[in-house]
Amino acid sequence: MSGPALRLAVELDGDGAHPAAWRRAAHSPDHLLTPRRVARVAAAAENAGFTLLTLEDGALPPGATPDVVGRIGAVERAAFLATSTSVIGIAPVVPVTYAEPFHVSSQLASLDHISIGRAGWVVSEEVRPEAARAWDRPLVDGAAARARESRDGIEVVRALWDSWEDDAVIRSVATSRYLDRDRLHYVDFTGDTYAVKGPAIVPRPPQGQLVVLGRPGLVPAEQLDVALVEGPDIASLTAAAAAAGTPRTFAEVEVALDTVDATADERVADLERHAPWTTGGRLRHIGSAAGLATLLEQLRGVVDGVRLHPLVLDEDLPELSRLVLPHLFARRHAVRPLPGASLRTHLGLERPANRYAAGAAFEALEETR
Amino acid sequence: MTRTDPLDVPRPDAQLHFGVFFQGVNHWTVWSDPASGSQIDPANFRRVAQTAERGLFDAFFLGEGLRLREVDGQIHDLDITGRPDAITQLAALAAVTDRIGLVSTSNTTFNEPADLARRLSGLDLLSEGRAGWNVVTTDNAWTGANFRRGGYLDHADRYRRAEEFLTVARALWDGWENGAVSGSPGAPAWAAPGAVRQVRHRGPQFDVDLAPTLPRSAQGHPVIFQAGDSGEGRDFAARNADVIFSAHGNDFDDALAFADDLRRRLRAVGRPEDDLRILPGTEIIIGATEEEALEKKRWIRLQQVTPATALGIAGLLWGLDLSDRDADGPLPKEDPVVAENDGSFGARRIADPRKVVAEWREKAEAHRWSLRETVIALGPQRGHVGTPAGLADKFAHFVRQGALDGFNVTPYLIPDGLDDIVDLLVPALQERGVYRTEYAGTTLREHLGLREPLTHRSTTDRRQAG
Repeated sequence: MSGPALRLAVELDGDGAHPAAWRRAAHSPDHLLTPRRVARVAAAAENAGFTLLTLEDGALPPGATPDVVGRIGAVERAAFLATSTSVIGIAPVVPVTYAEPFHVSSQLASLDHISIGRAGWVVSEEVRPEAARAWDRPLVDGAAARARESRDGIEVVRALWDSWEDDAVIRSVATSRYLDRDRLHYVDFTGDTYAVKGPAIVPRPPQGQLVVLGRPGLVPAEQLDVALVEGPDIASLTAAAAAAGTPRTFAEVEVALDTVDATADERVADLERHAPWTTGGRLRHIGSAAGLATLLEQLRGVVDGVRLHPLVLDEDLPELSRLVLPHLFARRHAVRPLPGASLRTHLGLERPANRYAAGAAFEALEETR
Repeated sequence: MTRTDPLDVPRPDAQLHFGVFFQGVNHWTVWSDPASGSQIDPANFRRVAQTAERGLFDAFFLGEGLRLREVDGQIHDLDITGRPDAITQLAALAAVTDRIGLVSTSNTTFNEPADLARRLSGLDLLSEGRAGWNVVTTDNAWTGANFRRGGYLDHADRYRRAEEFLTVARALWDGWENGAVSGSPGAPAWAAPGAVRQVRHRGPQFDVDLAPTLPRSAQGHPVIFQAGDSGEGRDFAARNADVIFSAHGNDFDDALAFADDLRRRLRAVGRPEDDLRILPGTEIIIGATEEEALEKKRWIRLQQVTPATALGIAGLLWGLDLSDRDADGPLPKEDPVVAENDGSFGARRIADPRKVVAEWREKAEAHRWSLRETVIALGPQRGHVGTPAGLADKFAHFVRQGALDGFNVTPYLIPDGLDDIVDLLVPALQERGVYRTEYAGTTLREHLGLREPLTHRSTTDRRQAG
């Protein structure tokens, strides 16, 4: 296959993509929410050579009563992992259907500072009406209203990231001024349902703007850096990626692999006794590691990367690490991230200019090179 | 080095507790010195937290301001500015520390209980029982301009909302029974059936119906901190808090009066009078001799109160823009102006400016002080200055007399400002038997010697303890 080598992402929420994944986990349920376990899974993904890990989230616990499973907030897990990892990109899922965009902007900018430029943001939606009751907010009803909240939320979050120019802290001893206030900007956003003044309380993130990922259709393409595209086969993924209109595209791929103890089919069947693994129309591979490697090779040139959703992390991540990723790296179908680079750099994305900065120093530097 | 005769003091075995407050705001943190580091670089947060942990501190503390400070409609540009979201930064520190408590200042007006309680629970689980929450209640429309609801809350309702917020948060933290999550891999269910209770609350401030997402941490609930100083604030603390910050830590008599007042309020609500830790905020300046310490203080004050900052502080007192005056010249001749308070930093004027200005004029004249010298001498005051031995004797006296339980220390320099305290003062306190020589427990609640969370106590416990 032609095209640039793939960038590999993996979703690490809970015990895996299957709602009953915890039943095949290598640990008891009460270990899921311990710092040791959270760090161990991320370390395995980083060591395997993934470029990005994502962490699913929402206001409601995964699993419905009586099969409820606990979940620590994705931003808190991401921040914790930013310190316990050193290379891998980290993108929490944060819906802005009900959340305060001002807080979300602060949290994600802080995550980028803490990780020294390795942070991303997967935008999602709160779809279930129970989320409105949890948040104590009026129900955001229907797809159009949810899309409006996402659009406005991203607009505010991104504007706040730019509300500090990179060189706003001047520490001018002669004039006693710590800041150049002319390099701070009110965002003065007014949307359909709320207004936000600004500027941010957190300095501009190291990447300028975090890498924003989301599903096309739910979020306008011009607000995304990476479209997470879906399709049950390569033909539909090719069409979806071509239509995305975003700088980068990643294909969503659900995977269950054969292990030493059981075939992928047996493992899926075992979990299906407890709950169905509903397909959302994503590409799904249930089978051998070699088969997955071949499938991913075919995606090269179709998309810029893939996000894998392993059935059970404790079972599938070791197989990915042992067989699939080394195979792709050895043939240069995919690349490992390099230490010291930002997530934007890993994805081949430019550091964006600041929308408020007129002829800022950092851009001038670029031009003289 | 002799211990005070135990018979002479009310609390012969009392121990001093230290927290460190990485401020990220205010002129108290020096930025002009070559040793002054970045206020946003994660390495500096790590350095301060790890130094505090080396010094066996109880807690690392972060503040919060939800709008950049302004004076007369312009962003205040003289002080350090720009800090990370507190809970996010603390979750990162949880991975590189293992004993110190991690305390976030978080607002009850511009947050919702489901979200904030869950974020604090996450921090508490990731740190294995080291989270704390400093409950604050900004209410003004000026701050509200950054949020969906704007300035919706009446000033009079701010503590009502905070208290109802805490009620909902505690219900969420209590939503999972102890041991709800299975400890065996082959369990029939992730959480025991019926062990997770839906939280339904309907009150003047909140109308929620939700499933709590997380089990209890090793310390039950995050430790509750509070910093109100008004009568209303103190009553709120007496009803709800585990720790109170205060500005009453400089003068012994003032500190003791504050502590006695809180003990009265605790008894009035049926709590034991040792149920609340009192940790005033302070600055500590250490020298090998008293003279050296005082010289260091003079140098630090000149760094903190720059000419422009002196004019800024005087400007707040006078209610006038004095930025074009000479800080090294005399005090302004004009009378002070009393202005409206919209909640912005620059609007926080002094209660009786005419009286204060008259005092300043009298003393400046007597001492032939310039405006800057007057601000340094008579402006906002804080802190303790001395030798390690002198400070340790003084602090031992404070804590054994029951005037306070410790200090929340603000370093004047980031990231090295805590080194003297840990390397010189802590050993002197340990010699006097008023400071731990190792962490006895693993949770913040254990470090502070606190009882279990308020909602976990039976009525009988509460009565007996009282």
